[in-house]
Amino acid sequence: MTTGDTTTDAPGARDVIVRFEDVHKAFGSQHVLRGLSFDVQRGKVLGIMGGSGTGKSVALRHVIGLLQPDSGRVEVEGRNVPDLSADDLGELRKRMGYVFQEGALINWLTVEENLALPLVENTDLGRGEIADRVAEKLAMVHIPDAGKKLPSEISGGMKKRVGLARALIVEPDILLYDEPNAGLDPEISRSINDLMREIAESHASTALVVEHRVDCIRTVCDEVVFLHEGEAIVHEPTEEFLRPSHPRLIEFLGPDALS
Amino acid sequence: MIPAPQALIVPVMTPLAQLLAAAPGWLADALPFAFVAGLVYVLMQASWFRATVVEMGSTLELAAATAMRLHHLPRRSRWLMEQLFAAGVRNMHVVLLVGLFMGMIVSLQTGIELSRFGQQDQIGTIVAASMTREMGPFITSVVLAATTGSALAAELGTMSVSDELSALEVMSVDRTSFLVVPRVAALMIIAPVLTILCDTIGIVGGGFVASSQLGVPLAQYTESALDALQEKGALIPVPMDVYSGLFKSVIFGGLIAIISCASGLVARGGALGVGRATSRAVRDSIIAVIVANYFLTWFLYR
Repeated sequence: MTTGDTTTDAPGARDVIVRFEDVHKAFGSQHVLRGLSFDVQRGKVLGIMGGSGTGKSVALRHVIGLLQPDSGRVEVEGRNVPDLSADDLGELRKRMGYVFQEGALINWLTVEENLALPLVENTDLGRGEIADRVAEKLAMVHIPDAGKKLPSEISGGMKKRVGLARALIVEPDILLYDEPNAGLDPEISRSINDLMREIAESHASTALVVEHRVDCIRTVCDEVVFLHEGEAIVHEPTEEFLRPSHPRLIEFLGPDALS
Repeated sequence: MIPAPQALIVPVMTPLAQLLAAAPGWLADALPFAFVAGLVYVLMQASWFRATVVEMGSTLELAAATAMRLHHLPRRSRWLMEQLFAAGVRNMHVVLLVGLFMGMIVSLQTGIELSRFGQQDQIGTIVAASMTREMGPFITSVVLAATTGSALAAELGTMSVSDELSALEVMSVDRTSFLVVPRVAALMIIAPVLTILCDTIGIVGGGFVASSQLGVPLAQYTESALDALQEKGALIPVPMDVYSGLFKSVIFGGLIAIISCASGLVARGGALGVGRATSRAVRDSIIAVIVANYFLTWFLYR
């Protein structure tokens, strides 16, 4: 199935939670997204794969309003994100979690404070409730004892886990992962992948995963979109995606990755 | 044959003069404004000038946003205290050292000249007035710009290039309230405190030089210095030099913090971008302090 099959009229279109429709984005003379279109079904984990500079992270940032498209529509639950007022965008963001590539933890706050921050700022929860929720999420990402440490005192893998826990703290409906395995060794990478799958199954939340590692895609994603030169040239269920027929995808994945 | 300059100018200038003579009276008054508008238009064609205008606009916008969120300060008291410590305690020795030597320099420079006329008993007056009016607030501001201002820009710049600001945005955390308000408030509080210390140690240093090198009895120096500080101002009925200096330092502190935060928040492009933001913060802060100093002096002493 190619992207031409995933349009508004596709079966299950009413369950679409995120939709890109002919999105263009340029930074100066660099045209990154060139008519990107794809849908994400509610409850599914969609992988976004592609070479460096094809616009994977740029696309992800559009979903949460960190970037505005030059043209086209980026819809979340049927509402075009660039058209949302600041208040509406704020409300939407409170139902989304974003896991940044390097964790993006506030470096002068402890792990616990990092996790508590969105709750302290945006909710009326008491200290006890917040502390309980922080402890619960730290346990969920398997680092229950890291709460008192500063980001500078923990490893790269732990930062990813803390970033994931922080994204989960608001109990999001949609999770966005920006290269969750970047810079990690294979063992830690596998544990992060297992954790992402575990969260997808336990929370049944929708997720978009920007990734270029096949093992992550295989473990975590239900469907995969493959970007090439700012366009989605393949959009298939993971099993079919890993038996590629598109020549560019075959070239990208290579024979070893598919074995 | 080359015509004489007058032969070229007269045919042009005469009709122009006739035109101006026939023009309405307000035109002559409007010409300077038209000149400035034209100059701005020409400069706006240059990208660096446009970038500077945009930068100033975003700094003013941040200042307005910060002012509207100052009531969030009680919620940020922990960060306020940390910033007070960072800006105040960690810079105190620098301000004290620089202030001491500035007082000594002023005392020595003026003392040498005054002693030629037998007026060295006025050294205390001059040192006290110059330290409290200008030197104290200005030196403190320069030290704050170079230390705390650069640190603020580097800190927020690093947060910007490492996606921490984006993280705050996606968590719907108001970065002006969370990051800028406590920093601006801290500098506006700590700048006058450091200025008092700078004034005091500068006057003490001046007294040391006056008594040890210029032969002015310490009691006489102290008396003339204290006399100078008793002079009440027309604007407010308190020792004018001290309070005008402290008022200036509050404004300078706010300027340094806003400019440094604005510079850090827009940093892009990794370590290089952070470096540029830091040097821009220090440069712009010092320029702003000097320009503001002129207008504040005009306002307070007119």
